[in-house]
Amino acid sequence: MSFDVPDDRRYLESHEWALEIDGTVRVGISDFAQDELGDVVFVELPDEGDTLTQEEEFGVVESIKAVSDLYAPVSGEVTAVNDDLFDAPELVNDDPFGDGWMLEIEADDASELDDLLTADEYEDQIA
Amino acid sequence: MPLQTPPLRGLHDERGAKFTEFGGWDMPVEFDSIQSEHAAVREAAGIFDVSHMGQIHATGPDATELMQRLTTNDVTRLAVGDSQYAAITDEDGTIIDDTVVYRLPNETDDGARADEDGEPTYLFVPNAGTDESTHERWITHRNEWDLEATVDNRTDEYAMFAVQGPEAADLVDDATAESITALDRFEAQYATVDGVDCWVARTGYTGEDGFELIVPWSEAEHVWSLFDCQPCGLGARDTLRIEAGLLLAGQDFDHDSDPRTPYEAGIGFTVALETEFVGRDALAELEREGIEEKLVGFQLIDRGVPRHGYDITNTDSRVIGTVTSGTMSPSLEQPIGLGYVPVEYAEPGTTLQVVVRGQSKKARVETTPFIDTV
Repeated sequence: MSFDVPDDRRYLESHEWALEIDGTVRVGISDFAQDELGDVVFVELPDEGDTLTQEEEFGVVESIKAVSDLYAPVSGEVTAVNDDLFDAPELVNDDPFGDGWMLEIEADDASELDDLLTADEYEDQIA
Repeated sequence: MPLQTPPLRGLHDERGAKFTEFGGWDMPVEFDSIQSEHAAVREAAGIFDVSHMGQIHATGPDATELMQRLTTNDVTRLAVGDSQYAAITDEDGTIIDDTVVYRLPNETDDGARADEDGEPTYLFVPNAGTDESTHERWITHRNEWDLEATVDNRTDEYAMFAVQGPEAADLVDDATAESITALDRFEAQYATVDGVDCWVARTGYTGEDGFELIVPWSEAEHVWSLFDCQPCGLGARDTLRIEAGLLLAGQDFDHDSDPRTPYEAGIGFTVALETEFVGRDALAELEREGIEEKLVGFQLIDRGVPRHGYDITNTDSRVIGTVTSGTMSPSLEQPIGLGYVPVEYAEPGTTLQVVVRGQSKKARVETTPFIDTV
């Protein structure tokens, strides 16, 4: 089975993706991760205004069969949370790189993104 | 130890199933999605490969006596073609396993079916991974009690499929040469499926109407392919069973880590105290004195998903129990679970708390099954 790995973003080994948009970093989980989890039924996310440190646990995604922690790709302040996921967690399955995004972080230092895996490196990890 | 593989492992793999280790077997956990498989069983029909379930055959002049002494229910109530749910208990009355016992047509010495003058014959189905220890238990006790019975572990000779859901009866009836629609719940018969001799039982484990087919291993692929319905994995099995308030072996009872009696587990109806069986005296005493804890169903009121092993507390945050099974119910779209609590907390409507990753979440005791089933 092959999975989407868009090359416009970076990835964590723990399967989160990070996409920089005008200095803000949008975060979600990968196509591979949503497929491994199966039907996502619940997402727990931080509040806007919370501050996160790179690699800090920021929330939880639960499917029917499993629970998985979520880790921050960069340090900074949470500036947006995808509220749609509270009523429609299945968006994570349906569109993990689009409508299934989870939060946005105002990065303290955008160069932290360089620490993350490139699309090619992540593709190798899940191969 | 290498995992045992069901006869359809290759077919499931081609179909895109994901696999998991269960009871020493490499079993499909999910084909498409747990939600769609679950919905198919509730609304139409699904087929499960349950070849990991054990199959043990007992026959001979003392087969009835042996079954009677090693299971909690009364096997003498079984006519040929009947089956019953039973527990297998230890001397202290705790559940080692649960099982369905089928009374097969009597057998002659050469294994032929001969209802008139053959010997009483039983087939029972222990849970995955317990067939060898259960077989040993039967042999040991047979020898100790000097009973005349042949006990064979046929787990590797037969595949087992469960066709479950409101359309299951039509599907199975279409597949069998003989009509099976006259079978009541917990009745069974031999029937041929495209020429293959199968034991077809109106039993199952999803709360829905359904049938289990015990099929010769070599014919498994052929018989499976005749059923045009949603293939389902262990994930859907779990969610369906929890909704139906049915026990999951290894979670809702586990003889090693959390031994429980049938009364605590809510299957006291399987205990026939008027019969003699291993554990009977302990259970008779418990029946007189009453139980201190019991398995209850609960719904989580706050957001979150209860999981096996999470603490249950009272409203003062004192730990009073543990979640044994939990999930987000696909049918109810609510988080539900099962767990043991002191009987004073077991009344439906009682408010409890479940500790979900360090946070107390409000829960309410509910009657089980959580949904109406057959």
